[in-house]
Amino acid sequence: MSPAPGATAAPVRREFRFPPLGVYGYVCIAVLLFWLFAALFAPYIAPHTESAIVTGTSFAPIGDEGLLLGSDYLGRDLASRLIYGARTTLTLALVATILAFVLGVVTGFIAGIAGGWTDSVISRVVDAFISFPTIMLALLIVSIFGTSLAALVCAIGFIEATRVFRISRALAVNTMTQDFVEVARARGESLWWILWNEVFPNAFVPLSTDFGLRYTFSILLLSALSFLGLGVQPPYADWGSMVKDNMTGIFVGAAAVLLPALAIFTVTLSINFLVDWNLARAQKDISDELVK
Amino acid sequence: MSALLRIEDLHMEGRRPTGEWMPIVRGVSLEARRGEVLALIGESGAGKSTIALSSLAYARPGCRFTGGEVLFDGTPVLDLSLEQKREMRGRRVAYIAQSAAAAFNVAHTLAAQITEGPAVHGTMPQAEADTQMVDLARRMRLPEPERIGRKYPHQVSGGQLQRLLAVMAMSCGPDLLVFDEPTTAIDVTTQVEVLAAFKDVIRESGAAALYVTHDLAVVAQMADRIIVLYGGEIMEQGGTDQILHEPRHDYTRQLMAAVRPPPRASGSGADLESSAQPPVLSLQGIDAGYGGVKGGKPGVQILFDVDVDIPRGQAVGVIGESGCGKSTMARVISGLTPSFEGEVRLDGKTLPPDVKHRDKKDLQRVQLVLQMPDVSFNPKKLVAQALGRPLEFYLGMTGAERDRRVGELLNMVELPADYAGRFPHELSGGEKQRVNLARALAAEPDVILCDEVTSALDTVVGAAIIKLLESLQERLDTAFVFISHDLSTVASFANRIVVLYAGRVAEQGPTRRILSPPYHPYTRLLLSSVPEMRTGWLEDHRATREAEQAMADVVNIGLTGCPFHTRCPLMIPGTCDVKRPPVHRLEEDHRIACHREIGELQEAPGVHG
Amino acid sequence: MIANLIVRRLVLGVITIWVMSALVFFGIEILPGDVADAILGQGATEETLHAIREELGLYRPAYVRYLDWLGGLLRGEVGEALGTGRSIAEMIGIRLPTTLTLGGLTAAIAVPLALSLGLIAAMYPGSLFDRAITFGTLIVISGPEFLIATLLVMLFAIELRWVPAVSYLSQDPTFQQIARAMLLPVMTLVFAVLAPMTRMTRSAVLNVMASPAIEMAILKGVPRMRIVLWHALPNAFAPIVNVIAINLAYLITGVVVVEVIFSFPGVAKLMVDGVQSRDIPVVQACAMLFCAIYIGFYILADVISIVSNPRLRHPK
Repeated sequence: MSPAPGATAAPVRREFRFPPLGVYGYVCIAVLLFWLFAALFAPYIAPHTESAIVTGTSFAPIGDEGLLLGSDYLGRDLASRLIYGARTTLTLALVATILAFVLGVVTGFIAGIAGGWTDSVISRVVDAFISFPTIMLALLIVSIFGTSLAALVCAIGFIEATRVFRISRALAVNTMTQDFVEVARARGESLWWILWNEVFPNAFVPLSTDFGLRYTFSILLLSALSFLGLGVQPPYADWGSMVKDNMTGIFVGAAAVLLPALAIFTVTLSINFLVDWNLARAQKDISDELVK
Repeated sequence: MSALLRIEDLHMEGRRPTGEWMPIVRGVSLEARRGEVLALIGESGAGKSTIALSSLAYARPGCRFTGGEVLFDGTPVLDLSLEQKREMRGRRVAYIAQSAAAAFNVAHTLAAQITEGPAVHGTMPQAEADTQMVDLARRMRLPEPERIGRKYPHQVSGGQLQRLLAVMAMSCGPDLLVFDEPTTAIDVTTQVEVLAAFKDVIRESGAAALYVTHDLAVVAQMADRIIVLYGGEIMEQGGTDQILHEPRHDYTRQLMAAVRPPPRASGSGADLESSAQPPVLSLQGIDAGYGGVKGGKPGVQILFDVDVDIPRGQAVGVIGESGCGKSTMARVISGLTPSFEGEVRLDGKTLPPDVKHRDKKDLQRVQLVLQMPDVSFNPKKLVAQALGRPLEFYLGMTGAERDRRVGELLNMVELPADYAGRFPHELSGGEKQRVNLARALAAEPDVILCDEVTSALDTVVGAAIIKLLESLQERLDTAFVFISHDLSTVASFANRIVVLYAGRVAEQGPTRRILSPPYHPYTRLLLSSVPEMRTGWLEDHRATREAEQAMADVVNIGLTGCPFHTRCPLMIPGTCDVKRPPVHRLEEDHRIACHREIGELQEAPGVHG
Repeated sequence: MIANLIVRRLVLGVITIWVMSALVFFGIEILPGDVADAILGQGATEETLHAIREELGLYRPAYVRYLDWLGGLLRGEVGEALGTGRSIAEMIGIRLPTTLTLGGLTAAIAVPLALSLGLIAAMYPGSLFDRAITFGTLIVISGPEFLIATLLVMLFAIELRWVPAVSYLSQDPTFQQIARAMLLPVMTLVFAVLAPMTRMTRSAVLNVMASPAIEMAILKGVPRMRIVLWHALPNAFAPIVNVIAINLAYLITGVVVVEVIFSFPGVAKLMVDGVQSRDIPVVQACAMLFCAIYIGFYILADVISIVSNPRLRHPK
């Protein structure tokens, strides 16, 4: 074989290919689709309404009285409540996450691109909020603004936004030091052009991974607040408050305590698994010899 | 005598980012004997480091052995148990890495790491290992050999660390030394002493050595035999003189043809009458740096009082070692790093220091080409978009007109027009660098700043880029500012050269004059440090006083007086270390900044001092 | 140089806590109405409101009241609870040892356990143990704390009947009573903190293991144990300390949830009750306490990584 270096290399079209997702991955996607379906079509698939008391028995066991998953402490259909709960939990967390991203990405990009004074001021303010443990900040905000759905969404959105700000700013700063941005700056491009054409397309993939993570944090934070009785209030029900309301059932080993908590768990685990798999693709190799 | 190391039909694979395995070493066989230095040369991806590491029975993460044998002293080492491999490594085969700064552990003293080998292999008691280390350090001509072991890696300069890596390798008295591009990360004036130290070590120990490098001039100094690799296969092997002077394989000839001869006054650069033309671009008294400006000075000042003229349509080379401020100079000209003192003038008109305040017409006239082709393009955009943007931005071209011009630009840099439809990652490094040039040409500028545009490329590819630059410069009325650490490359096509040292202009003038006396002492050191492609150069060079100069390989920035005085053989105590040197202005705008009289600077390099 | 950095860090810490106090105090000011409304509720008349405001000094400007409150914080006098009128400092004083015991016990178990698990997983990446750790911790971090607690209660208190489900401590508890009362809360917290801490330790060590200095050590023939302990660990030290500090945030969240689940008479429960009854002074005081502890540990972690950095310990 005679090599021809220096000559034009044959075009190597590197196809972007994901490593195989595996059985677990498909299970995760199926779980997420299932809950998405439940949340979207709750009124059509739930056998009963959210608040209808369908039996006189508290904590009816699974399958009893024609109730697929039994009843809760008031005798409401647990299956129906789980389906409606999906709607509340997943929607509120999603709105909060979207809010967090709009707020965090915009401020993060502005700080990262503008630099200087703008960056310092925004960063210091965010630092102050990040210095609070998440739950403390959440409790404080709730104690100030109360537990209306809007207040909850804003509280969680704001808390998560401080985290999104950090990653967005880091991504922007990182991209700004790349040679192709230097070239654009030297060309005389405006910051907006650079933001839209150079920074955003390259930040999209890492941000979308982060969106998954933030969504799970939002779900967990919302559930924790609801569980503490400081989240979603009746007549609405989310998974966290369902656990709290049915806590007395723990002594009879009721499904009503465990299932809402498990529902949260299936969603967060599925997202975490997909995010982890996504991150694993970029992991560093280390010596095989330390592996054996 | 039988071979100490025998590699037979070695096959290895590497994993691509997508996960599939690709052959990277294809059936390589070689032998290394005691007392012999065998060089593995080739470009990136040739598999030279991978093959060298196989002698330690080691495959880097993401690589694996798939066939063949490695016999060390008769033992097939690939089949050894992990414990047996461990016993062999360091004790019988030692490794000298490319970057000593990364290879040393920052958390421990140098002595602890250097004597770790004897300790874990149980070859000698601690006290003996300590004495041996001091002895080896002295033989490597390291400063303060008794005390240097107590230092931490970050407290020692790069050139010294690289020699300490050799001390560490020698600590167990190995039979085979593996050098993996050991001078690639250090500057040319430091390289000489490191090479000499390596050569002493090899000769005195009588060990065999594998020497991996891409630098043929280095090979000429170090190797007894050479193996030329390409794409994981051996192209040619033979004695050093034969390979360097009578290469047989086409590929070896290509490699040799790409090597620039060391800078010589005769025959290099096209000498135009430069002084007649008014400069298109000129820097006057530029001070620049980074960090917040306090009291008129930035936190870290990089450039000090730099005056440079760029004549219209000419190529000006800017040469200097890492940290000398040459890239900062390009950034100051383009306005990315605004100077805080001095002026950048374009055709006599003073430009605002910050790119934000310059108008489009002025921006268009100065274009920047950066070093790393891999990060010079937005990975999400097509070549057509990268080239189309300056056309649209500066010239208002759109639609078919712009597409046609993109094709023309690609042709100008000798690429087919259909490359417009490709993404950057679908191009090779050399092709990217061509598109990079085309992007600058798109603006139809008066000045193109090329910052180390060939240093990330392989020799052959880099040579082709230089050739392209030469032909572009001949055809267009564009001035090129060519920034590089490689004097040979600069000298081969620049009309004028600017020599930077520690942020100051040491000397500047027409290439022919820079390369002949009178010299600035630093220029002379630089010229004498570029290895020649002949065996024995290193020995000749060591006999000169330039070798002594290179010893003090710490560059002092921001000192009072002449920045070079700590390394200068002509230093005048009480003057050079206190006062700024005056600038001698000679014919053809040749300027030397030195306290010595011109007559004292006449001596040619390579003369005994 | 080191002393300088440490002093700067401490000053920064004090400033952070001060900014937090301002946020905690003035955040409340955004509220429509004031403490007087909160005390009297809806049936208040203008006169009574006026009287209370006069009594509490609410007519003074906000910054004066802030300085007053801040001074109180520094002296440990943080006023009275709105509902009961009891001294908040006293309420916290009674409950603080319980909470600190809970957090301290958890840390004492979780930190060494997480470090060893993370380290072993990083020493054998890709091994069965490593995969089990990676997978197991992923599962645990996905579950809310109350799921862990519920499962533990169902198993140990309901099924096996080993321990009480709810932690009531009598006036003069015996050691056994305390141990039984603490068992489930501590177990829950250990689980919750262990998972993220193990994961972060593992990746911190793995990151160091991928460095050229480690490759050099392999090629010198250094035994693996020594590579991990002598070469990798000193460099992973600062990131690991950081990991521990980061996980304090999880611990604080965990403490809040766990104290509520097990009706545990601690400061976090006091704070949650305070939020529910909108007893602002209590919430403010508890929040400041938790934040100060949290920032304190963060600064400690920073100081440790400054002190352990060879580049700073041995300047040029």
